[in-house]
Amino acid sequence: MSEAIKNPVQQQRIRVERERRIAASRRNKVFFAVFIAIALVAPFGIYPVFLMKLLCFALFACAFNLLLGYAGLLSFGHAAFLATGGYITGFVLTEYSGLSTEVGILAGTVASAALGLVFGLLAIRRQGIYFAMITLALAQLVFFMYMQSSFTGGENGLQGVPRGHLFGFIDLADNLNMYYFVLAVFVFGFLLIQRTIHSPYGQVLKAIRENEPRAISLGYNVNAHKLLAFVLSAALTGLAGSTKTVVFQLASLTDAHWHMSGEVILMTLLGGVGTVLGPFVGASIVVTLQTYLSSGPLGAWVHVILGVIFVLCVLMFRAGIVGWAAKLIQKNFK
Amino acid sequence: MKGLRKAIGLIVATGLLSGTAQAEISDNEIRIGYLADMSGTYRDLSGPGGLEALKMAVEDFGGQVNGKKIVIYNADDLNKPDVGANTVRQWIDEKNVDVIAGLVATSVVMAVNKIVEQENKLALISGSASSSLTNEFCSPNHVHWVYDTYALSNGTAHAVLSEGGKDWFILAADYAFGHSLEADITKVVETGGGQIVGKVRHPFPSNDFSSYILQAQGSGAEVVALANAGADMVNALQTASQFGLAQSGQKLAGMVVFLNDVHSMGLDVTQGLMLTTGWYWDMNDETREWAQRYHKRVGRMPSMTHAGVYSSTLHYLNAVKETGSDDTQVVRAKMIETPINDMFAKNGTLREDGRMVHDMYLAQVKTPAESTSEWDLYKILRTIPGEQAYRSLADSQCKLIKN
Amino acid sequence: MTMLFGVPLSVLLGQLLLGLINGAFYALLSLGLAIIFGLLRIINFAHGALYMLGAFVTVLGLQYLGVNYWFALFLAPLTVGLVGMAIEKGLLRRIAGEDHLYGLLLTFGLALIIEGLFVKLFGVSGSSYPMPDALKGGFNLGFMFLPKYRAWVIVAALVVCLVTWYMIERTRLGSYLRAGTENPKLMQAFGINVPLLITLTYGYGAALAAFAGVLAAPIYPVAPGMGANLLIVVFAVVVIGGMGSIMGAIVTGLLMGLIEGLTKVFYPEAANTVVFLVMVLVLLVRPAGLFGKET
Repeated sequence: MSEAIKNPVQQQRIRVERERRIAASRRNKVFFAVFIAIALVAPFGIYPVFLMKLLCFALFACAFNLLLGYAGLLSFGHAAFLATGGYITGFVLTEYSGLSTEVGILAGTVASAALGLVFGLLAIRRQGIYFAMITLALAQLVFFMYMQSSFTGGENGLQGVPRGHLFGFIDLADNLNMYYFVLAVFVFGFLLIQRTIHSPYGQVLKAIRENEPRAISLGYNVNAHKLLAFVLSAALTGLAGSTKTVVFQLASLTDAHWHMSGEVILMTLLGGVGTVLGPFVGASIVVTLQTYLSSGPLGAWVHVILGVIFVLCVLMFRAGIVGWAAKLIQKNFK
Repeated sequence: MKGLRKAIGLIVATGLLSGTAQAEISDNEIRIGYLADMSGTYRDLSGPGGLEALKMAVEDFGGQVNGKKIVIYNADDLNKPDVGANTVRQWIDEKNVDVIAGLVATSVVMAVNKIVEQENKLALISGSASSSLTNEFCSPNHVHWVYDTYALSNGTAHAVLSEGGKDWFILAADYAFGHSLEADITKVVETGGGQIVGKVRHPFPSNDFSSYILQAQGSGAEVVALANAGADMVNALQTASQFGLAQSGQKLAGMVVFLNDVHSMGLDVTQGLMLTTGWYWDMNDETREWAQRYHKRVGRMPSMTHAGVYSSTLHYLNAVKETGSDDTQVVRAKMIETPINDMFAKNGTLREDGRMVHDMYLAQVKTPAESTSEWDLYKILRTIPGEQAYRSLADSQCKLIKN
Repeated sequence: MTMLFGVPLSVLLGQLLLGLINGAFYALLSLGLAIIFGLLRIINFAHGALYMLGAFVTVLGLQYLGVNYWFALFLAPLTVGLVGMAIEKGLLRRIAGEDHLYGLLLTFGLALIIEGLFVKLFGVSGSSYPMPDALKGGFNLGFMFLPKYRAWVIVAALVVCLVTWYMIERTRLGSYLRAGTENPKLMQAFGINVPLLITLTYGYGAALAAFAGVLAAPIYPVAPGMGANLLIVVFAVVVIGGMGSIMGAIVTGLLMGLIEGLTKVFYPEAANTVVFLVMVLVLLVRPAGLFGKET
């Protein structure tokens, strides 16, 4: 904020703005603390493997939200990063069975980041729908590559990935150990995204999203900023994919299919694009729906229900569930 | 909290039982999980019909084994290995399910097998086609009941070769299943004195087959073999019919053809098609009687997979009854000991590698004139004895056999 | 036998002809998409579902109402066109003016609903549709046997494409449409009912998709998922051609059909993927597509 003298109205506005931000930040910290508390005890009541699936997809959605909500870029090819993380990690851990699990996951994440760099360099210069279509096309090429490769197992998938030992001694075959590790990974990813958003870099990103020509005229290297957001998003998506592969001991073409790219868009939209909690909420709802609907009598209706939710979200809940809830809170508890 | 109490109870019970694991039925229930594609492209292969067949088996058995109730769970695997694997994992972790039945897409089956092997449960595979399940991927925790790619391609290829088809063109789906069928056909044709004059691998799945049919026509082959299944095979057959493939003198051989495929395509397109099947509803009084019962419940005639689900489930339950245990290895050993004699197979044997060897049947699709009712679709040309149809143990790469 | 790249010329000719036929199909489908995007700025992810609807209306029309193929050629596009207009008026209108993203997502959700409903109602396996008698059999062209029906497809598709192009680029109605979407307020001031034009345009795009569906019914299995896999390929075609360009969509459709046809001869495993490779290459060199103008 400049030090120029402001009139009392402006000063009042600034003060109110700051108070709101502090209140929001305090609220977020409370939510986060509550979340951690619940997450620590959840596996004793709910099936841990289901919770782990939720956390992996939540991380995926958070990473996607970073790109869409904060950098304003809609990618239709994020499945490629999820799959790359999964396949590379799966391959490394299967080939080098003595390797510590976190090294395998790191390998998958780095591979995803590298792929993200390639995609980003090719796509960043385009805008809007062209950007989305390039990412889709590139993801389809990646899908084809994985389908044809022998190391991925093609249609059968990469099976029998060992859970291994974390840091060489914590046995991840135990669901509880695995769960806490996955929780730690999620928290790490989430906090990383938060720090990024609230950093100076994050501010520039916000400026670019709100008014790109002005940002350019101010001298910011817009493409470099977007590229970094893309690579970060790709890396964290890869991390989600790597972790997921270790949890389920399986990496398959489902992760690379364009439907997966569509699913993460749904999760993010449903939860609330550009919100902090949105991706987690959206991912939880979609994963829960898919898991529990498909084994019940409503199984055949899963796609229809998801479609209806999509449509309703676009028509009415454009801010997503979290956005809608936030508005509700603001209206009623101001 | 209920989960916690159950978990503790299970731990205690398992601890108490571990000493006497042999002749006990865990949880005092036999729990069967039915996993198949219920809404996707393989729905009619096993799907909801297979679940009915499973229920029929349980009901015919009496609904309980030595006083212990039989409970059935079911889920849709959406043809995705991760969905299928998760479901089975959850069934075993939360419900201590004893045996998994159905199992269609090979990718799902392989993922499920890994889990079932880890947890020492049993999988009764009826839907999947891959012969590698009892070959390089065999395990002491699953059995393969109805058919496999080896038996199908062997049966059909041999038959067509012996009818005078020497030059072959193979149209294969470009994934593991198609590749393995292609390999099996090639082996049979070449050792039988024929030759492969051309082949093409189409992406899986493909929308338009005109280009591939044109290539088949251009190859000059006498026989065009379809090394694919489901929608791709149907599409290829229909396109072949439009391009007059059969009219110009080329013969079509379908490797993996199910009754529901022929039914949906209609006899106009499929008449004369040679195929191998593990079972057909209209073979004898026993098969007809069971098929009519099935038809009353489902509204369609059963395919070999449905019959296989019924047969494998009954065989399993009988083994449980005989041994008084639901311990996987005990029951599996009993299943291997006991020959299979039911409406599905006569003198069938379950081998150590998990392969259920039984007679296969060479069939030909009837012409519209020959067919007298909606489901009167095949004529059985001859029986192929089990030992001839399936891969012999001598050729096997199964780790359970190699000693 | 003359050879070209190791393949007999006659075989190559046959494959190219088939590729052209498929290309005509792609052109027809891309045309609808290009119109909807070019004129309405809506990224219509429901296009595949509308194509499927057209095919199903054809099959069901025969099954329940005895409507034959030739009537279906008009009836199905009309029916689906009306459905399209209802979609535009009832749903798309509400998000007009918002970010393109929302149109994409809304139509994506619609596609899920429509396809999911049809799976529930009709199962996932395809139904077959009988070949119309007049088009059974084929022509022996020497280098290949061409089914009459496939020859009909290319003729019908191209005729519809060219008529559409003419209507939009060369007639007054078309110019109203183009002006109305560029500057609706001005056109409204002139007394042109722009909202009605927009609704009709979306309906027409839907009708085009349905027409392709009718053409598809006798030769491809009619299943609820038939549009889904085709959709991203068609999108790729539209993007390669240039998203607002009508002629671009037609020409690129034919071109991609040819390229795909050649791929099926030389590297068939990649036949589903080659269109994406082309898209990446084209967008790198000409960001707005082959015939597009950077907006």
